[in-house]
Amino acid sequence: MSVSKPLPHDAAKLHVMGTARYVDDVPMPKGTLHLAFGTSAIARGTIRSLDLDPVKNAPGVVAVLTANNLPFANDVSPSIHDEPMLSNGSVHYFGQPIFLVVAHTHLQARFAARQGNISYTKDTPILSIEDALAADSRFEDCPRIYTKGDVDTALSSAPNRLTGCLEMGGQEHFYLEGQAALALPQEGGDMVVHSSTQHPTEIQHKVAEGLGVPMHAVRVEIRRMGGGFGGKESQGNALAVSCAVAASLTGKPCKMRYDRDDDMTITGKRHDFRIDYDVGFGDNGRLTGVDFTHYTRCGWAQDLSLPVADRAMLHADNAYLLPTARITSHRLKTNMQSATAFRGFGGPQGMFGIERVMDHVAHFLNKDPAHVRRINYYTAAATLGEPSEVKKVRSFPAQLKSAAMTQTGAFANSGTVKASSNFGDAQSPATSKTNNTTPYDMEVTDFILHEMTDKVLNDADYDARRKAVAVWNDKHAILKKGIAFSPVKFGISFTLTHLNQAGALVHVYQDGSIQLNHGGTEMGQGLFQKVAQVAASRFGVDIAAVKITATDTGKIPNTSATAASSGTDLNGMAVQNACDIIRDRIANCLAELHQVKTDEVTFCDGQVFVADHEMSFANAAKVAYENRVSLSATGFYKTPDVAWNRIAGKGRPFFYFAYGAAISEVVIDTLTGENRLLRVDILHDAGASLNPALDIGQIEGGYVQGAGWLTTEELVWDSAGRLQTHAPSTYKIPACSDRPEIFNVTLWDGQNRAETIYQSKAVGEPPFMLGISAHLALADACAACGPMYPNLQAPATAQEVLQAVKRSRA
Amino acid sequence: MNITFLLNGEAVEVDTHPTRTLLDWLRDTQNLTGTKEGCNEGDCGACSVMITDDKGARALNACILFMPQLHGKAVRTVEGLAAPDGTLHPVQETMIDKHGSQCGFCTPGFVVSMATAHLNGRTDHDDVLAGNLCRCTGYAPIVRAAKSAEGTKIPDHMRDSPPVHLGKKTDILAPKTSDALAAWYMANPDGTLIAGATDVGLWVTKDFHDQTGKMGEIAFLNRCTDLQQIRDQGDTLRIGATVTMTDVLATVRTLHPSYANMIRRYGSEQVRNAATIGGNIANGSPIGDNPPALIALGATLHLRHGDSRRDMPIEDFFVEYGKQDRKAGEFIEAVTIPKSAPTLRCYKLSKRFDQDISTVCGCFNVTIENDTIIAACIAFGGMSGTPKHAKLSEVTLVGQPWSRVSIEAAAIALLDDFQPLSDMRASADYRMEAAQGQLRRYFDDLNGINTNILEISA
Repeated sequence: MSVSKPLPHDAAKLHVMGTARYVDDVPMPKGTLHLAFGTSAIARGTIRSLDLDPVKNAPGVVAVLTANNLPFANDVSPSIHDEPMLSNGSVHYFGQPIFLVVAHTHLQARFAARQGNISYTKDTPILSIEDALAADSRFEDCPRIYTKGDVDTALSSAPNRLTGCLEMGGQEHFYLEGQAALALPQEGGDMVVHSSTQHPTEIQHKVAEGLGVPMHAVRVEIRRMGGGFGGKESQGNALAVSCAVAASLTGKPCKMRYDRDDDMTITGKRHDFRIDYDVGFGDNGRLTGVDFTHYTRCGWAQDLSLPVADRAMLHADNAYLLPTARITSHRLKTNMQSATAFRGFGGPQGMFGIERVMDHVAHFLNKDPAHVRRINYYTAAATLGEPSEVKKVRSFPAQLKSAAMTQTGAFANSGTVKASSNFGDAQSPATSKTNNTTPYDMEVTDFILHEMTDKVLNDADYDARRKAVAVWNDKHAILKKGIAFSPVKFGISFTLTHLNQAGALVHVYQDGSIQLNHGGTEMGQGLFQKVAQVAASRFGVDIAAVKITATDTGKIPNTSATAASSGTDLNGMAVQNACDIIRDRIANCLAELHQVKTDEVTFCDGQVFVADHEMSFANAAKVAYENRVSLSATGFYKTPDVAWNRIAGKGRPFFYFAYGAAISEVVIDTLTGENRLLRVDILHDAGASLNPALDIGQIEGGYVQGAGWLTTEELVWDSAGRLQTHAPSTYKIPACSDRPEIFNVTLWDGQNRAETIYQSKAVGEPPFMLGISAHLALADACAACGPMYPNLQAPATAQEVLQAVKRSRA
Repeated sequence: MNITFLLNGEAVEVDTHPTRTLLDWLRDTQNLTGTKEGCNEGDCGACSVMITDDKGARALNACILFMPQLHGKAVRTVEGLAAPDGTLHPVQETMIDKHGSQCGFCTPGFVVSMATAHLNGRTDHDDVLAGNLCRCTGYAPIVRAAKSAEGTKIPDHMRDSPPVHLGKKTDILAPKTSDALAAWYMANPDGTLIAGATDVGLWVTKDFHDQTGKMGEIAFLNRCTDLQQIRDQGDTLRIGATVTMTDVLATVRTLHPSYANMIRRYGSEQVRNAATIGGNIANGSPIGDNPPALIALGATLHLRHGDSRRDMPIEDFFVEYGKQDRKAGEFIEAVTIPKSAPTLRCYKLSKRFDQDISTVCGCFNVTIENDTIIAACIAFGGMSGTPKHAKLSEVTLVGQPWSRVSIEAAAIALLDDFQPLSDMRASADYRMEAAQGQLRRYFDDLNGINTNILEISA
């Protein structure tokens, strides 16, 4: 079977040859016009006068648009219509688009965009958390609060109590391919848009609003992105709508791509957070209660900030059973880029809060932090016992593997029946109650970190290395090493429950070749290949028989963003559904022709076996075609069991959890704070991996990106609210030599207990949070310099590490 | 203006605007869209191409490479790496096998850098790839691919012969001697000299100086061979102004290993292959990495204005922020450095180790005889508006014993030497602490204690 094979990325050969096509590489029709935004030079105020004559007179300019010239909706918000594409007179952040230049070339558009003379009436921008709290500038009317038990009593009666504050910066996505869109006007006012987006349906929706047409008049296509990481979930709206509006007004194709500085200045980034904590714990390190207060700067528009802040709250427990807890979340409105989705979607920030608490508690008690973490873990799934339902599910893929073929009958009798509940009526959540519940009252039934922790600590020789680090530090006065372990438990599902659905469209042609389409988008994560492996497996054919096609709103409607790590879970299931429909039709046709039972028709190794007969899959397709069998089907999937109340913070937002564990070792220079990763060991749970090579790629890349977030990646705004780090010259993502010299990544050998595609698990976001261990290791190295808690903040630049060294010595 | 060069083995003649970039030309006119624009400022490497001339093959950033710089050379893009029969280059094969691409957007730049290194027999992959950013993979599989391709056969088509014979027909303004350059610059004192274009390139790609008329007339220096010479003068080396940083690195590797290690972290492979030592001095950056090292070495700068020449200690060139002691029409001809400075140490501190601009660059050159400091030359970049001496610190050290006590006194003197600024790289206080830290490190370093975290393993 194709699934579980470590096949390369579907476009790997095109990537290395330079022939993989991105939006900016799509051949442009003659006469294509190019766009650029003129942007604000203040962070807050109103536009007093707008002199655009120099813009209009610049070379090559065809048109200049302001909010007044837009034919229909002036809004590119993905949530509450609070994000005008072009300023309607008020300015909310430095870099906000004010006018749109349409010119003959990209360079002409960019040049002209700088020629506007704009005068402003300036207001004092709200930039800091303190500014926003003082002005009560926030989204939602009040802070959200989730509670479990009586945390105040737990804290006041705790044997030990600590308070602290952790600040963590945001993060620029730095997708290598900047935002880009190309709009091609069609007859009758229709529009085709190529957009570098994780969310084609959202682009379609916003373009339709911008053009004042129904969604059926807009078709959005995206074959691949050059990286997304959440930064192309909503941030591409402005470009796509601009292109469509300009194309509609001029009748010419229009293209827009941000220059890198514009991209970083205009678009949103990861939310930065300050987390205050107050924790009570026993002498053994077991927490009795923790009270978190989250403050996050959401920027000027709501965008996706509410679910981001929710997810931070939902990960405030990470892997730990908190007997009592309170999480208070302030979503602050500030005059900065509107913070947006970024891999982990708030989860990393929430998780970092409790990991800091564990670290602080361990330091206070002078215990091994790994030990303190373990005694706070949720109860193991193995201890809880399995619901009978899960056992049945687990036998399902095992049977497939042993048979090494896809047997129609087997599916008709168990698999398809089992699966049907996913495609129709919702299942009710398991209701057996233990105390193994999260602060949002979800029972944790699949906790495997005890076993994973045993394995990774043992395989990485943690205990001995921790001792060796201490010995090394005794011998070295200037350089200090640190080592740290941290686990990840990440909830899988969109927390906006209705998004947990997906569609697929599969065609089998009469030569046996298969065309595959689904609503997921490819941004490098390998989604297309993993889903193609599913399709190939369902038909028992080689992967080469499956043609992957561009995501297209004309093929699959009403898609959810490729986000929340859900791409494979959702689209894989939808594709399985579509393939099985076609396969069953072929099987029924052949069974009838050969007068055998349907379950005697099997699909394997590119062949179809009909009792004693054997034919190629191509032949089977031809026969089915000639017998007038439809060889095209749509598939659909919706995640079962998820339901919760985000205001109350109660229920089951997640279908299951994905787990991981990492150990990082670092060295710091106590004279300058310079620091470096030396070794990383990771054990990660991808369930029964659909493609171990691609999954390991996500883990390695996610770790480095997570470590970058907490070390060298620093966003700096000046006192006027201007982002100063708006180019790779000043914003430093990890470079080649920043990866750890020793980098061991292993997949946990297990299956998802939830019923997912081939019992695999989502892997896009969870490994990002393994990078937290890098920060904890740096804090450990700082702690080796003195008796005090170093209170290392993030990002742990050399400057911050040096301050933490001094704090530990104080 | 007309230029001629080889593009993926085929001769092409192009009529080009002088500040058109190779990247735009490839993508907009040749439909060679494999070469990507990632940052348009030479910091991400997605636009890397291989350029071959009589000095060999090297990787450069096409986004800040102007067309006239290509005249008479050979350009190989990602589309030209596979053999004419379609056989993939070994690094392309190993990148597939080792899963070295995810989103694939940086990949063309990586494979060009890797193929160039493969051609040149380089295996220092971290250095070769420091100028190629990847946001997906975490680099591990890319380095596995590079290692896996080590020693495999170099495809014949990769050995481009620079088409010197084609290099005669051009009307670009590129003086062939410094005499001709001096005459031109006297006549065009408001003109712009372009050597590597790693800085001037951004004037064009980011600030449109070519469109606003700020650049005036342009002269390209790449054919001015007498500025590219390194002359051994016995105790000193005279390094021509347009010697690339790659060649400076090779030259000082054994003479001044600490300086060489700092240069290894200057820009990236692609930047060092283009950037010149004269350009780095002339732009007068307070954080340029050569100047503090050259000051600590006691280098002499050679300037030329028409037929008149003058020499000065290099620190005198940097008058104040944004102002150098250079007349209109005057240019740097060369810089002379001593060949021996056994106690020279250069410490570059930046947010990221590779391809980053220094936060503080401290360079120390102290002469010790009989445990007494008899001379001290200490210079910093990033600590004031210009790179400059730590004069009070130097005075504090001279005549004192080589001891921790002396160093601490000098560290206190640094407080009066500099009033650094806060910016996006670091705070003023941290800059001072780090400068003092570098001074303390120097003491340990000279005393044989390992102070370099880049040399520590798990």
